[in-house]
Amino acid sequence: MSSNNNLIRLENLKKVYKVGETQVNALRGVSYTIKEGDMVAIMGPSGSGKSTLMNIIGCLDKPTEGKYFLEEQEVSTLDKNKLARIRNRKIGFVFQTFNLLARTTALENTELPLIYSNTPAKQAKELAYKVLAEVGLKGRELHKTNQLSGGEQQRVAIARSLINNPSLVLADEPTGNLDSKTGKEIMEVFKKLNEEKKITVILVTHDPDVSAFARKRIYLKDGQIIKEEQA
Amino acid sequence: MNIMRTIRVALRALSRNKMRSFLTALGIIIGVGAVIATVSIGEGAKREVEKRFEDMGTNLLYVRPGSQSFRGRQYGGGSFQTLTDDDAIAIQEKCDAVQYVSPSVSGRAQVVYQNKNWNTSVNGVGEHYVEIGNWEVEEGTFFDENMVRSGQKVAVLGSEVNQNLFEGADPLGQIIRIKKIPFRVIGVLESKGEAGGWFNRDDIILVPYTTAQRRLLGITYISSIDVSAVSGSRTEEAMSQIEDLLRIRHKIAPGAEDDFNVRNMSDIAESAAESRDALKILLGGIASVSLLVGGIGIMNIMLVSVTERIREIGIRMSVGAREKDILFQFLTEAIVLSLFGGLLGIGMGVVGSTLISKLAEWQTLVSLWSIIVAFLFSAMVGVFFGFYPARKASKLDPIEALRYE
Repeated sequence: MSSNNNLIRLENLKKVYKVGETQVNALRGVSYTIKEGDMVAIMGPSGSGKSTLMNIIGCLDKPTEGKYFLEEQEVSTLDKNKLARIRNRKIGFVFQTFNLLARTTALENTELPLIYSNTPAKQAKELAYKVLAEVGLKGRELHKTNQLSGGEQQRVAIARSLINNPSLVLADEPTGNLDSKTGKEIMEVFKKLNEEKKITVILVTHDPDVSAFARKRIYLKDGQIIKEEQA
Repeated sequence: MNIMRTIRVALRALSRNKMRSFLTALGIIIGVGAVIATVSIGEGAKREVEKRFEDMGTNLLYVRPGSQSFRGRQYGGGSFQTLTDDDAIAIQEKCDAVQYVSPSVSGRAQVVYQNKNWNTSVNGVGEHYVEIGNWEVEEGTFFDENMVRSGQKVAVLGSEVNQNLFEGADPLGQIIRIKKIPFRVIGVLESKGEAGGWFNRDDIILVPYTTAQRRLLGITYISSIDVSAVSGSRTEEAMSQIEDLLRIRHKIAPGAEDDFNVRNMSDIAESAAESRDALKILLGGIASVSLLVGGIGIMNIMLVSVTERIREIGIRMSVGAREKDILFQFLTEAIVLSLFGGLLGIGMGVVGSTLISKLAEWQTLVSLWSIIVAFLFSAMVGVFFGFYPARKASKLDPIEALRYE
């Protein structure tokens, strides 16, 4: 079902943190390729390096060694400003804790990435209404975040991640703060986006119920990929 | 992110904490208000002094007895009676840059007319006093050369004295008693108004200086000589002519110090303006300190605000805000806050200065430049004190900021 273009190509990624005198090897050489339109779950216990890998794929962090190509462009050498631009244009984030702006409406939260891409206000608003409808929040656009349920807040976060029409949506434990029924609903939203809109989704999770939605699962341990499964 | 959007985001962030924003701006409001009000007091005082001296004319000269050494002791100006009416006559006759001369003696005296009495300043002057001081005689006449030479007991009243003694009745030809000596009123001067706490130029009686010397004060010297130069441009020339003449007349050896002072109005005006300037700078300086304190208040609140909003900063960075965007966002908040304070402060300063001039009856003057300077200064306070917190925000690591609880 997925096309043959490589969206993400990782070549021997290493990440070393210095904590005082000691070095922590968070990633010890990860190589992997994700094709456009795929849905991949990165699994592993805490401390396995999956958060580090997600931060690098999400252009929030840079590898110490190795290369990262996004849409065949090497991004591991870019400076902070260029990385911010890539996050803005090509990547959408969905977090466990939703990470919405407090006391701000669903609409304004959804528009947020467009502020930084200089989209005219009127167009931004129209787009935000459209994606909020797509994630099932029609009629809730002007509710503030504190008036929304957990599931609804996560839908706003998904809408925000989609507004710039990204190549990639990165979801970090997207159901971790939700009850199982709501969690399943949210996973259905991701599945629908992947199947109908061909958006590449990467899920970072340790929950097998979540990873069951993915087509591929990779298992990380001690900073290395130890297993790969095809659904 | 464009500027209008940045300002809108800043306004929204500030309006979320309205009370806090207002209290923070209050530091700037008070600072700017205080600067505007105090500078307006200084400006008003300065303007008043300048206007007063302009009224008196730029060709005026004053000759006063100077400091003197006597048996090894130094005495201050005015402590010796070295000027005589012969000096005055000589200046009139021999200095060609001089137009009018009026010897002057003065003292205070109780003045009585019928059942009313008034304590005022009695000045003995020459017949050219009115020309020198640009006075107009409103009613009657001024005394002439003959009256001065023969020491007649005639008086010209200042408008305030006229008002107090005669209360609207015709004073001309009436007899008033100065130190129990009868004087005939021959004229009344026009009103020149208050001289701003210096002295009241209308609360005065003018009599021939000869009469004042003999009948009222019992002296033979004169206390000063008022001189007018032929024109404003020859004032300096008249000064040096008078100095040369008096040195010869007073037999002062070359190199020795003068026993008199000649000063012109612009010297006096300048030193008066200088002291007002010093006052203005002092007041403005004190007020600026409060502006500085206001700025520190802004910095403090912005730092708190950055810490409170680390999560928000992380979110904004994750969706693509660059360092620059975050820096401008927080800087704009600080500037909006301080400009808001600055505008209200200007309003408060203008109201304050109006109140001061009403209540304390000081002349105040809010100049346009003080408003412009205050406005720009408050913007600068915003930039200066907002920069550090904004920079701190922009340098946050997005990963840590997102994880911040």
